[in-house]
Amino acid sequence: MAGVAVSTTINGDNVEYLCQPDETLLDVLRDRLGLTGAKEGCGTGDCGACSIILDDRLVCSCLVLGAEAEGRRVETIEGMAHGDKLHPLQQKFLEHAALQCGICTPGFLIAAKDLLAKNPDPTEEEIRFGLAGNLCRCTGYDKIVRAVQDAASVMKGA
Amino acid sequence: MRYIRPLSMEDAVGQLAGSSGTAAILAGGSDLLVRMKGGFIEPDLIVDIKAIDGLGEIRETAEGFSIGAAVSCALMGESVALNREWPGVVEAAKLIGSKQVQGRCTIVGNLCNASPAADSVPALVAAAARALIIGPGGRRTVPVEAVPTGPGKTSLAKGEIIEAILLDRRAPRSGDAYLRFIPRTEMDIAVVSAGVNLTLDEQGVVKSARVSLGAVAPTVLLVEEAAEALIGRKLDEAALERLAKVCSGACRPIDDKRGTVEFRRKVAGVLARRAATTAYARAGGK
Ligand SMILES: Cc1cc2nc3c(=O)[nH]c(=O)nc-3n(C[C@H](O)[C@H](O)[C@H](O)COP(=O)(O)OP(=O)(O)OC[C@H]3O[C@@H](n4cnc5c(N)ncnc54)[C@H](O)[C@@H]3O)c2cc1C
Ligand code: FES
Ligand code: FES
Repeated sequence: MAGVAVSTTINGDNVEYLCQPDETLLDVLRDRLGLTGAKEGCGTGDCGACSIILDDRLVCSCLVLGAEAEGRRVETIEGMAHGDKLHPLQQKFLEHAALQCGICTPGFLIAAKDLLAKNPDPTEEEIRFGLAGNLCRCTGYDKIVRAVQDAASVMKGA
Repeated sequence: MRYIRPLSMEDAVGQLAGSSGTAAILAGGSDLLVRMKGGFIEPDLIVDIKAIDGLGEIRETAEGFSIGAAVSCALMGESVALNREWPGVVEAAKLIGSKQVQGRCTIVGNLCNASPAADSVPALVAAAARALIIGPGGRRTVPVEAVPTGPGKTSLAKGEIIEAILLDRRAPRSGDAYLRFIPRTEMDIAVVSAGVNLTLDEQGVVKSARVSLGAVAPTVLLVEEAAEALIGRKLDEAALERLAKVCSGACRPIDDKRGTVEFRRKVAGVLARRAATTAYARAGGK
């Protein structure tokens, strides 16, 4: 199979890579670019652990081809904190202990960031529906919802 | 395997028509990539249609709406005009998958994947939506129900691509609605679903109706007898009873762990009734 040359923007940086035509963007991020924050939970769009933002849309990177990123804007969990300064969502996830094993956390953070960007003041129900594409085997979701609510109020005040 | 991203419809059609081996059109990939990963399909050529000019737009035309084949369901959900005119179609499209899936999936992909349980299809059938198809032989327009012919099968010929879904301009006092039953509250496949589209006269009497059922037969059913149960009447109890009975009778469902035949039949009637009530209210009926 001939490789596909891709030129894209990831977390604001211009990035170029070669990938196979059937390789997913998740595999490109993890295995070619060393961006291992996005996780593979299922590989079939069900768990959300691989969530990224592609041109302002939340998507599962396991269901995007690496080749499709050509000329587009990719945001991953690696771009969420500014240096040592955590994003309010990251900070609140820590404070509320909204994670245990942590495998789902990058996906939840990206999905929650997208949710708050589109709806800065969500109700609990909106948060639960908005994050329904992210599965967590450990926390039981309550702490995640509280962390997102708390982050939303902090971010509104900012 | 090759991946290409043509910039024009003509190029896409030419590449598909001229390809040897298996070729697959890629829209949002939420069915195609899952099937590729599962080893159910190994395309030699993938034609990504999302860079084709105009395909990512919802256009309002003199006749109604033209929803490009690359329009994500998330974008449909954000279209104020589409929500106002065709709320049932939009609510069906918005039920597909999660926020993540919404950002990618398309109603054309939903239609062409040809699952009997596809959520947007009953709503499109009820709405009398048409598919604008372009292929080596030129353009043609068909009712959406003519596209899926059975689970996983469509009537599209080699080289044919659906360019857009067309919805008519609304007559006054019209409304549509879609409902599905799933065992969870989110992220599940319809066990039964129903779409209803109504136009009323000035007195609130149903002038025209289309009723569809999903997941109860190999393809979505357009139940004409159900429409007849509503036409010429207000949405009184007798009309709703009759609607539910006809819909239950029209089902040819499978029996599986997600729902028995008896359950699916019963729920088809219940959902049709509720969708009709919502569509009627949206049309301004009291
Ligand atoms: C986690 C998850 C949850 C889901 N939940 C639901 C749900 O609740 N309800 C539901 O109905 N579905 C659901 N689906 C299935 C899927 O998301 C939908 O069917 C979706 O609408 C497919 O659209 P797509 O653009 O992603 O299609 P793609 O995967 O890109 O394409 C699907 C098929 O259509 C063909 N195709 C695409 N565009 C065209 C075109 N323009 N012309 C001709 N052929 C074309 C492709 O070749 C392919 O065979 C889910 C999928 C996932 C992964
Ligand atoms: S790994 Fe992509 S959704 Fe689970
Ligand atoms: S913390 Fe373990 S899956 Fe969510």
